Amino acid sequence: MNAIGWNWSFALSTLPALLAGFRLTVLATLLGSALAFALGLALTLLRMTRHAPLTLIVNAFVSFVRGTPLLVQLYVLFYVLPKWGVSTSAFVTGVVGLGVYYSASTSEVYRAGIEGVAPGQWEAALTLGLPIRRVWSGVILPQAMRTVLPVLGNQVIAMFKETSLLSTITVMEMLAQATNIGSIQYRYVEPLTLAGALYFVISYVSAKGLRRLEVGHVNA
Amino acid sequence: MDASKTLVDYLPFLLMGIPVTLEVTVLSMALALPVALLLALGRSAPHAWLRWPAGFVIELFRGSSSLVQLFWAFYVLPFFGIDLPALVAGVLVLGLNEGSYLSEVFRAGFASVPDGQREASLTLGFSPWYRFFRVTLPQALPVMIPPFGNALIVMLKFSSLVSLVTIRDLSFRANLIATSLGESAAVFGVVMVIYYALALMLSALARQLEAAVDARVGRPSKGFRLSARVNVPQWAIGAKS
Repeated sequence: MNAIGWNWSFALSTLPALLAGFRLTVLATLLGSALAFALGLALTLLRMTRHAPLTLIVNAFVSFVRGTPLLVQLYVLFYVLPKWGVSTSAFVTGVVGLGVYYSASTSEVYRAGIEGVAPGQWEAALTLGLPIRRVWSGVILPQAMRTVLPVLGNQVIAMFKETSLLSTITVMEMLAQATNIGSIQYRYVEPLTLAGALYFVISYVSAKGLRRLEVGHVNA
Repeated sequence: MDASKTLVDYLPFLLMGIPVTLEVTVLSMALALPVALLLALGRSAPHAWLRWPAGFVIELFRGSSSLVQLFWAFYVLPFFGIDLPALVAGVLVLGLNEGSYLSEVFRAGFASVPDGQREASLTLGFSPWYRFFRVTLPQALPVMIPPFGNALIVMLKFSSLVSLVTIRDLSFRANLIATSLGESAAVFGVVMVIYYALALMLSALARQLEAAVDARVGRPSKGFRLSARVNVPQWAIGAKS
Protein backbone atom coordinates (compact mmCIF):
# COMPACT_ATOMS: atom_id res chain seq x y z
CA MET A 1 0.00 0.00 0.00
CA ASN A 2 1.30 3.34 -1.03
CA ALA A 3 1.83 5.56 2.04
CA ILE A 4 1.16 8.91 0.47
CA GLY A 5 -1.80 10.00 -1.62
CA TRP A 6 -5.09 8.35 -2.39
CA ASN A 7 -5.56 4.59 -2.62
CA TRP A 8 -8.78 3.61 -4.40
CA SER A 9 -8.86 -0.04 -3.40
CA PHE A 10 -8.40 0.89 0.26
CA ALA A 11 -11.06 3.59 -0.09
CA LEU A 12 -13.51 1.03 -1.50
CA SER A 13 -12.73 -1.42 1.29
CA THR A 14 -13.77 1.17 3.90
CA LEU A 15 -17.15 1.79 2.27
CA PRO A 16 -19.19 -1.01 3.93
CA ALA A 17 -18.23 0.15 7.42
CA LEU A 18 -18.83 3.79 6.52
CA LEU A 19 -22.26 3.02 5.10
CA ALA A 20 -23.17 1.04 8.21
CA GLY A 21 -22.23 4.14 10.18
CA PHE A 22 -24.15 6.32 7.75
CA ARG A 23 -27.33 4.37 8.53
CA LEU A 24 -26.95 5.18 12.22
CA THR A 25 -26.21 8.81 11.36
CA VAL A 26 -29.44 9.13 9.38
CA LEU A 27 -31.45 7.29 12.02
CA ALA A 28 -30.07 9.53 14.78
CA THR A 29 -30.90 12.61 12.70
CA LEU A 30 -34.49 11.55 12.07
CA LEU A 31 -35.21 10.48 15.65
CA GLY A 32 -33.37 13.46 17.09
CA SER A 33 -35.31 15.86 14.86
CA ALA A 34 -38.65 14.30 15.78
CA LEU A 35 -37.79 14.65 19.46
CA ALA A 36 -36.54 18.22 19.02
CA PHE A 37 -39.68 19.30 17.13
CA ALA A 38 -42.02 17.80 19.74
CA LEU A 39 -40.03 19.00 22.75
CA GLY A 40 -39.54 22.42 21.16
CA LEU A 41 -43.29 22.77 20.70
CA ALA A 42 -43.89 21.81 24.32
CA LEU A 43 -41.34 24.40 25.45
CA THR A 44 -42.97 27.08 23.30
CA LEU A 45 -46.41 26.32 24.68
CA LEU A 46 -45.09 26.38 28.24
CA ARG A 47 -43.45 29.73 27.59
CA MET A 48 -46.76 31.19 26.48
CA THR A 49 -48.64 30.37 29.65
CA ARG A 50 -49.40 33.15 32.05
CA HIS A 51 -47.92 31.09 34.85
CA ALA A 52 -44.85 33.24 35.55
CA PRO A 53 -42.71 30.73 37.52
CA LEU A 54 -43.23 28.14 34.79
CA THR A 55 -42.20 30.58 32.07
CA LEU A 56 -39.17 31.47 34.14
CA ILE A 57 -38.13 27.84 34.54
CA VAL A 58 -38.60 27.07 30.85
CA ASN A 59 -36.68 30.19 29.87
CA ALA A 60 -33.84 29.27 32.18
CA PHE A 61 -33.79 25.77 30.70
CA VAL A 62 -33.73 27.05 27.12
CA SER A 63 -31.05 29.58 27.95
CA PHE A 64 -28.91 26.98 29.71
CA VAL A 65 -29.20 24.44 26.92
CA ARG A 66 -28.35 27.08 24.35
CA GLY A 67 -25.45 28.38 26.40
CA THR A 68 -23.56 25.11 26.86
CA PRO A 69 -21.78 22.90 24.31
CA LEU A 70 -23.57 19.87 22.90
CA LEU A 71 -20.41 17.87 23.51
CA VAL A 72 -20.55 18.45 27.26
CA GLN A 73 -24.31 17.84 27.34
CA LEU A 74 -23.73 14.50 25.67
CA TYR A 75 -21.06 13.61 28.24
CA VAL A 76 -23.41 14.54 31.07
CA LEU A 77 -26.25 12.43 29.68
CA PHE A 78 -23.91 9.57 28.94
CA TYR A 79 -22.63 9.44 32.52
CA VAL A 80 -25.68 10.67 34.42
CA LEU A 81 -28.47 8.56 32.93
CA PRO A 82 -26.94 5.26 34.12
CA LYS A 83 -26.59 6.80 37.59
CA TRP A 84 -30.32 7.38 37.71
CA GLY A 85 -30.82 3.77 36.85
CA VAL A 86 -31.75 4.57 33.27
CA SER A 87 -29.54 2.16 31.40
CA THR A 88 -29.97 2.84 27.72
CA SER A 89 -27.72 2.29 24.77
CA ALA A 90 -25.28 4.99 23.78
CA PHE A 91 -27.38 5.51 20.66
CA VAL A 92 -30.53 6.34 22.62
CA THR A 93 -28.53 8.66 24.88
CA GLY A 94 -27.18 10.37 21.77
CA VAL A 95 -30.63 10.82 20.28
CA VAL A 96 -31.94 12.26 23.54
CA GLY A 97 -28.94 14.60 23.70
CA LEU A 98 -29.46 15.83 20.15
CA GLY A 99 -33.21 16.18 20.69
CA VAL A 100 -32.87 18.19 23.89
CA TYR A 101 -30.08 20.39 22.51
CA TYR A 102 -32.02 21.24 19.36
CA SER A 103 -35.38 21.59 21.13
CA ALA A 104 -34.11 24.83 22.66
CA SER A 105 -33.38 26.42 19.31
CA THR A 106 -36.49 24.85 17.77
CA SER A 107 -38.54 26.54 20.46
CA GLU A 108 -36.96 29.86 19.46
CA VAL A 109 -37.88 29.13 15.84
CA TYR A 110 -41.52 28.46 16.74
CA ARG A 111 -41.56 31.63 18.84
CA ALA A 112 -40.18 33.72 15.99
CA GLY A 113 -42.72 32.16 13.62
CA ILE A 114 -45.68 32.89 15.88
CA GLU A 115 -44.51 36.41 16.67
CA GLY A 116 -43.86 37.02 12.99
CA VAL A 117 -47.56 36.81 12.16
CA ALA A 118 -48.76 40.38 11.60
CA PRO A 119 -50.62 41.86 14.61
CA GLY A 120 -53.47 42.77 12.24
CA GLN A 121 -54.19 39.06 11.85
CA TRP A 122 -54.81 38.73 15.59
CA GLU A 123 -56.97 41.83 15.61
CA ALA A 124 -58.98 40.72 12.59
CA ALA A 125 -59.55 37.27 14.09
CA LEU A 126 -60.61 38.88 17.37
CA THR A 127 -62.95 41.27 15.61
CA LEU A 128 -64.55 38.42 13.71
CA GLY A 129 -65.17 36.71 17.02
CA LEU A 130 -63.45 33.48 16.06
CA PRO A 131 -62.98 31.03 18.92
CA ILE A 132 -59.41 30.85 20.20
CA ARG A 133 -58.92 27.33 18.92
CA ARG A 134 -59.95 28.41 15.44
CA VAL A 135 -57.70 31.48 15.53
CA TRP A 136 -54.71 29.27 16.19
CA SER A 137 -55.52 26.46 13.80
CA GLY A 138 -56.98 28.53 10.96
CA VAL A 139 -55.20 31.87 11.09
CA ILE A 140 -51.99 31.97 13.08
CA LEU A 141 -50.38 28.54 12.74
CA PRO A 142 -50.75 28.21 8.95
CA GLN A 143 -49.04 31.57 8.50
CA ALA A 144 -46.39 30.82 11.09
CA MET A 145 -45.70 27.46 9.39
CA ARG A 146 -44.68 29.21 6.21
CA THR A 147 -41.75 30.90 7.92
CA VAL A 148 -41.02 28.07 10.36
CA LEU A 149 -40.78 25.11 7.98
CA PRO A 150 -37.69 26.16 6.00
CA VAL A 151 -35.88 26.98 9.24
CA LEU A 152 -36.80 23.59 10.68
CA GLY A 153 -35.49 21.99 7.50
CA ASN A 154 -32.20 23.79 7.97
CA GLN A 155 -32.10 22.55 11.55
CA VAL A 156 -32.44 18.96 10.39
CA ILE A 157 -29.49 19.49 8.06
CA ALA A 158 -27.47 21.08 10.87
CA MET A 159 -28.31 18.19 13.15
CA PHE A 160 -27.30 15.71 10.46
CA LYS A 161 -23.82 17.19 10.49
CA GLU A 162 -23.66 17.38 14.27
CA THR A 163 -24.55 13.73 14.78
CA SER A 164 -20.81 13.23 14.28
CA LEU A 165 -20.45 14.30 17.93
CA LEU A 166 -22.14 11.05 18.94
CA SER A 167 -18.85 9.36 18.08
CA THR A 168 -17.49 10.77 21.36
CA ILE A 169 -19.97 8.70 23.38
CA THR A 170 -19.14 5.44 21.60
CA VAL A 171 -21.99 5.50 19.05
CA MET A 172 -20.58 3.84 15.93
CA GLU A 173 -21.95 6.38 13.48
CA MET A 174 -20.13 7.42 10.31
CA LEU A 175 -17.33 9.49 11.86
CA ALA A 176 -16.67 6.86 14.54
CA GLN A 177 -16.39 4.23 11.80
CA ALA A 178 -13.99 6.44 9.87
CA THR A 179 -11.68 7.14 12.81
CA ASN A 180 -11.91 3.51 13.84
CA ILE A 181 -10.65 2.38 10.43
CA GLY A 182 -8.02 5.11 10.59
CA SER A 183 -6.64 4.04 13.93
CA ILE A 184 -6.56 0.34 13.00
CA GLN A 185 -4.97 0.76 9.57
CA TYR A 186 -3.15 3.97 10.50
CA ARG A 187 -4.48 5.51 7.33
CA TYR A 188 -6.94 8.35 7.79
CA VAL A 189 -6.92 9.91 4.33
CA GLU A 190 -9.54 7.74 2.65
CA PRO A 191 -12.06 7.05 5.45
CA LEU A 192 -12.13 10.65 6.74
CA THR A 193 -12.33 12.12 3.24
CA LEU A 194 -15.10 9.75 2.22
CA ALA A 195 -17.03 10.45 5.41
CA GLY A 196 -16.65 14.19 4.83
CA ALA A 197 -17.77 13.78 1.22
CA LEU A 198 -20.86 11.83 2.30
CA TYR A 199 -21.81 14.50 4.82
CA PHE A 200 -21.25 17.13 2.17
CA VAL A 201 -23.26 15.47 -0.61
CA ILE A 202 -26.26 14.75 1.58
CA SER A 203 -26.44 18.15 3.25
CA TYR A 204 -25.65 20.06 0.06
CA VAL A 205 -28.37 18.28 -1.90
CA SER A 206 -30.91 18.63 0.90
CA ALA A 207 -30.11 22.31 1.35
CA LYS A 208 -30.58 22.92 -2.38
CA GLY A 209 -33.78 20.88 -2.40
CA LEU A 210 -35.07 22.79 0.59
CA ARG A 211 -34.39 26.10 -1.11
CA ARG A 212 -36.23 24.94 -4.21
CA LEU A 213 -39.18 23.81 -2.09
CA GLU A 214 -39.17 27.17 -0.37
CA VAL A 215 -39.15 29.09 -3.65
CA GLY A 216 -41.93 26.87 -4.99
CA HIS A 217 -43.96 27.54 -1.90
CA VAL A 218 -43.65 31.29 -2.24
CA ASN A 219 -44.63 31.15 -5.91
CA ALA A 220 -47.65 28.94 -5.28
CA MET B 1 -3.47 10.26 39.46
CA ASP B 2 -4.41 9.53 43.07
CA ALA B 3 -7.70 7.74 43.63
CA SER B 4 -8.27 9.31 47.07
CA LYS B 5 -8.53 12.79 45.60
CA THR B 6 -11.85 14.59 45.17
CA LEU B 7 -13.20 16.99 42.59
CA VAL B 8 -12.12 19.94 44.75
CA ASP B 9 -8.46 18.89 44.45
CA TYR B 10 -8.75 18.94 40.70
CA LEU B 11 -10.59 22.26 40.54
CA PRO B 12 -7.47 24.40 39.91
CA PHE B 13 -6.46 22.05 37.11
CA LEU B 14 -9.96 22.31 35.65
CA LEU B 15 -10.13 26.10 35.94
CA MET B 16 -6.87 26.40 34.01
CA GLY B 17 -8.95 25.27 31.06
CA ILE B 18 -10.93 28.53 31.07
CA PRO B 19 -8.14 30.68 29.56
CA VAL B 20 -7.51 27.95 26.96
CA THR B 21 -11.19 27.81 26.00
CA LEU B 22 -11.39 31.60 25.81
CA GLU B 23 -8.16 31.74 23.83
CA VAL B 24 -9.48 29.29 21.23
CA THR B 25 -12.82 31.14 21.11
CA VAL B 26 -11.27 34.57 20.64
CA LEU B 27 -8.60 33.47 18.15
CA SER B 28 -11.16 31.57 16.05
CA MET B 29 -13.52 34.54 16.10
CA ALA B 30 -10.63 36.83 15.14
CA LEU B 31 -10.02 34.59 12.15
CA ALA B 32 -13.72 34.11 11.31
CA LEU B 33 -14.47 37.83 10.91
CA PRO B 34 -11.91 38.70 8.19
CA VAL B 35 -12.60 35.34 6.51
CA ALA B 36 -16.32 36.13 6.46
CA LEU B 37 -15.67 39.61 5.11
CA LEU B 38 -13.41 38.30 2.33
CA LEU B 39 -15.87 35.55 1.43
CA ALA B 40 -18.77 38.00 1.35
CA LEU B 41 -16.83 40.39 -0.86
CA GLY B 42 -15.66 37.53 -3.07
CA ARG B 43 -19.19 36.20 -3.36
CA SER B 44 -20.52 39.52 -4.62
CA ALA B 45 -17.49 40.35 -6.79
CA PRO B 46 -18.03 41.20 -10.46
CA HIS B 47 -15.48 38.58 -11.61
CA ALA B 48 -16.43 34.91 -11.79
CA TRP B 49 -12.89 33.86 -10.87
CA LEU B 50 -13.46 35.53 -7.48
CA ARG B 51 -17.08 34.56 -7.02
CA TRP B 52 -16.56 30.90 -7.75
CA PRO B 53 -13.75 30.10 -5.27
CA ALA B 54 -15.53 32.07 -2.53
CA GLY B 55 -18.71 30.10 -3.16
CA PHE B 56 -16.73 26.88 -3.15
CA VAL B 57 -15.11 27.59 0.23
CA ILE B 58 -18.46 28.59 1.75
CA GLU B 59 -20.26 25.48 0.51
CA LEU B 60 -17.38 23.21 1.48
CA PHE B 61 -17.19 24.39 5.08
CA ARG B 62 -20.92 24.72 5.56
CA GLY B 63 -21.74 21.49 3.82
CA SER B 64 -19.71 19.01 5.81
CA SER B 65 -19.53 18.25 9.50
CA SER B 66 -17.25 20.55 11.48
CA LEU B 67 -15.88 17.67 13.50
CA VAL B 68 -14.91 15.83 10.31
CA GLN B 69 -13.15 19.00 9.13
CA LEU B 70 -11.29 19.18 12.42
CA PHE B 71 -10.22 15.53 12.25
CA TRP B 72 -9.27 15.99 8.63
CA ALA B 73 -6.97 18.89 9.51
CA PHE B 74 -5.52 16.95 12.42
CA TYR B 75 -5.18 13.42 10.99
CA VAL B 76 -5.16 13.72 7.21
CA LEU B 77 -3.10 16.85 6.52
CA PRO B 78 0.04 15.32 8.14
CA PHE B 79 -0.15 12.58 5.50
CA PHE B 80 0.36 15.29 2.91
CA GLY B 81 3.30 16.72 4.82
CA ILE B 82 1.31 19.52 6.46
CA ASP B 83 1.83 18.97 10.16
CA LEU B 84 -0.08 21.71 11.95
CA PRO B 85 0.10 22.13 15.73
CA ALA B 86 -3.24 21.13 17.28
CA LEU B 87 -4.07 24.69 18.28
CA VAL B 88 -3.44 25.99 14.76
CA ALA B 89 -5.52 23.21 13.21
CA GLY B 90 -8.34 23.87 15.68
CA VAL B 91 -8.42 27.63 15.23
CA LEU B 92 -8.11 27.28 11.47
CA VAL B 93 -11.07 24.93 11.16
CA LEU B 94 -13.24 26.79 13.66
CA GLY B 95 -12.45 30.14 12.06
CA LEU B 96 -12.99 29.02 8.47
CA ASN B 97 -16.15 27.11 9.37
CA GLU B 98 -17.79 29.94 11.31
CA GLY B 99 -16.45 32.45 8.79
CA SER B 100 -18.36 30.64 6.05
CA TYR B 101 -21.57 31.01 8.01
CA LEU B 102 -20.88 34.62 8.94
CA SER B 103 -20.23 35.64 5.34
CA GLU B 104 -24.01 35.61 5.00
CA VAL B 105 -24.25 38.18 7.81
CA PHE B 106 -21.86 40.51 6.01
CA ARG B 107 -23.82 40.11 2.80
CA ALA B 108 -27.09 40.92 4.54
CA GLY B 109 -25.42 43.84 6.30
CA PHE B 110 -24.13 45.34 3.06
CA ALA B 111 -27.47 44.75 1.39
CA SER B 112 -29.16 46.75 4.15
CA VAL B 113 -27.29 49.92 3.19
CA PRO B 114 -29.51 51.97 0.87
CA ASP B 115 -28.38 52.14 -2.75
CA GLY B 116 -28.40 55.92 -2.63
CA GLN B 117 -25.40 55.85 -0.30
CA ARG B 118 -23.30 54.08 -2.91
CA GLU B 119 -24.52 56.36 -5.66
CA ALA B 120 -23.86 59.46 -3.57
CA SER B 121 -20.32 58.42 -2.69
CA LEU B 122 -19.64 57.54 -6.33
CA THR B 123 -20.89 60.97 -7.34
CA LEU B 124 -18.64 62.59 -4.75
CA GLY B 125 -15.70 60.77 -6.31
CA PHE B 126 -14.67 58.78 -3.20
CA SER B 127 -12.10 56.05 -3.75
CA PRO B 128 -13.37 52.44 -3.51
CA TRP B 129 -11.38 52.04 -0.29
CA TYR B 130 -12.91 55.15 1.29
CA ARG B 131 -16.35 54.20 0.01
CA PHE B 132 -16.16 50.81 1.64
CA PHE B 133 -14.56 51.69 4.99
CA ARG B 134 -16.12 55.09 5.59
CA VAL B 135 -19.55 54.77 3.98
CA THR B 136 -20.76 51.19 3.56
CA LEU B 137 -19.16 49.35 6.50
CA PRO B 138 -20.10 51.86 9.25
CA GLN B 139 -23.72 51.78 8.15
CA ALA B 140 -23.84 48.03 7.81
CA LEU B 141 -22.26 47.46 11.23
CA PRO B 142 -25.33 48.00 13.47
CA VAL B 143 -27.26 45.32 11.56
CA MET B 144 -24.37 42.87 11.87
CA ILE B 145 -23.53 43.25 15.56
CA PRO B 146 -26.40 41.11 17.00
CA PRO B 147 -25.56 38.10 14.79
CA PHE B 148 -21.90 38.56 15.71
CA GLY B 149 -22.85 38.41 19.38
CA ASN B 150 -24.66 35.18 18.68
CA ALA B 151 -21.67 33.87 16.77
CA LEU B 152 -19.45 34.53 19.77
CA ILE B 153 -21.58 32.21 21.91
CA VAL B 154 -21.68 29.64 19.11
CA MET B 155 -17.90 29.83 18.92
CA LEU B 156 -17.56 29.32 22.68
CA LYS B 157 -19.60 26.11 22.45
CA PHE B 158 -17.89 25.17 19.22
CA SER B 159 -14.46 25.50 20.88
CA SER B 160 -15.21 22.44 23.00
CA LEU B 161 -14.55 20.31 19.90
CA VAL B 162 -10.83 21.11 20.02
CA SER B 163 -10.63 18.97 23.15
CA LEU B 164 -10.93 16.02 20.77
CA VAL B 165 -7.65 16.96 19.09
CA THR B 166 -5.63 17.09 22.34
CA ILE B 167 -6.01 20.77 23.20
CA ARG B 168 -6.22 21.09 26.98
CA ASP B 169 -9.34 23.24 27.18
CA LEU B 170 -12.20 22.91 29.69
CA SER B 171 -13.72 19.83 28.05
CA PHE B 172 -10.37 18.09 27.69
CA ARG B 173 -9.54 18.62 31.35
CA ALA B 174 -13.02 17.52 32.39
CA ASN B 175 -12.49 14.28 30.52
CA LEU B 176 -9.12 13.68 32.19
CA ILE B 177 -10.53 14.35 35.64
CA ALA B 178 -13.63 12.25 34.98
CA THR B 179 -11.47 9.29 33.99
CA SER B 180 -9.24 9.51 37.04
CA LEU B 181 -12.03 10.26 39.54
CA GLY B 182 -14.71 7.94 38.23
CA GLU B 183 -17.09 10.75 39.24
CA SER B 184 -17.97 11.83 35.73
CA ALA B 185 -21.44 13.29 36.26
CA ALA B 186 -20.32 15.85 38.84
CA VAL B 187 -17.28 16.89 36.81
CA PHE B 188 -19.23 17.46 33.61
CA GLY B 189 -22.01 19.16 35.57
CA VAL B 190 -19.49 21.67 36.94
CA VAL B 191 -17.98 22.18 33.49
CA MET B 192 -21.42 22.81 32.02
CA VAL B 193 -22.04 25.54 34.63
CA ILE B 194 -18.65 27.11 33.82
CA TYR B 195 -19.49 27.15 30.10
CA TYR B 196 -22.85 28.71 30.84
CA ALA B 197 -21.25 31.40 33.00
CA LEU B 198 -18.81 32.16 30.18
CA ALA B 199 -21.69 32.32 27.69
CA LEU B 200 -23.58 34.78 29.90
CA MET B 201 -20.44 36.86 30.22
CA LEU B 202 -19.87 36.93 26.47
CA SER B 203 -23.50 37.75 25.74
CA ALA B 204 -23.35 40.64 28.23
CA LEU B 205 -20.24 41.82 26.41
CA ALA B 206 -22.01 41.52 23.06
CA ARG B 207 -24.98 43.48 24.37
CA GLN B 208 -22.68 46.28 25.51
CA LEU B 209 -20.99 46.37 22.15
CA GLU B 210 -24.36 46.49 20.47
CA ALA B 211 -25.51 49.37 22.66
CA ALA B 212 -22.27 51.24 21.98
CA VAL B 213 -22.57 50.84 18.22
CA ASP B 214 -26.27 51.72 18.25
CA ALA B 215 -25.55 54.82 20.33
CA ARG B 216 -22.93 55.92 17.80
CA VAL B 217 -25.27 55.66 14.86
CA GLY B 218 -28.25 56.89 16.86
CA ARG B 219 -30.39 53.75 16.83
CA PRO B 220 -32.40 52.58 19.83
CA SER B 221 -30.88 49.35 21.15
CA LYS B 222 -33.06 46.26 20.99
CA GLY B 223 -30.91 44.18 23.31
CA PHE B 224 -29.48 40.72 23.00
CA ARG B 225 -30.93 37.66 24.67
CA LEU B 226 -30.28 33.96 24.99
CA SER B 227 -34.02 33.37 25.25
CA ALA B 228 -37.28 35.22 25.60
CA ARG B 229 -40.95 34.84 26.33
CA VAL B 230 -43.35 34.35 23.44
CA ASN B 231 -45.26 37.57 22.87
CA VAL B 232 -48.82 36.90 21.81
CA PRO B 233 -52.03 38.64 22.87
CA GLN B 234 -53.10 37.28 26.24
CA TRP B 235 -56.58 36.29 25.07
CA ALA B 236 -54.96 34.12 22.41
CA ILE B 237 -53.70 31.67 24.98
CA GLY B 238 -56.96 31.39 26.83
CA ALA B 239 -56.23 33.94 29.54
CA LYS B 240 -59.13 36.02 30.79
CA SER B 241 -58.73 39.58 29.57
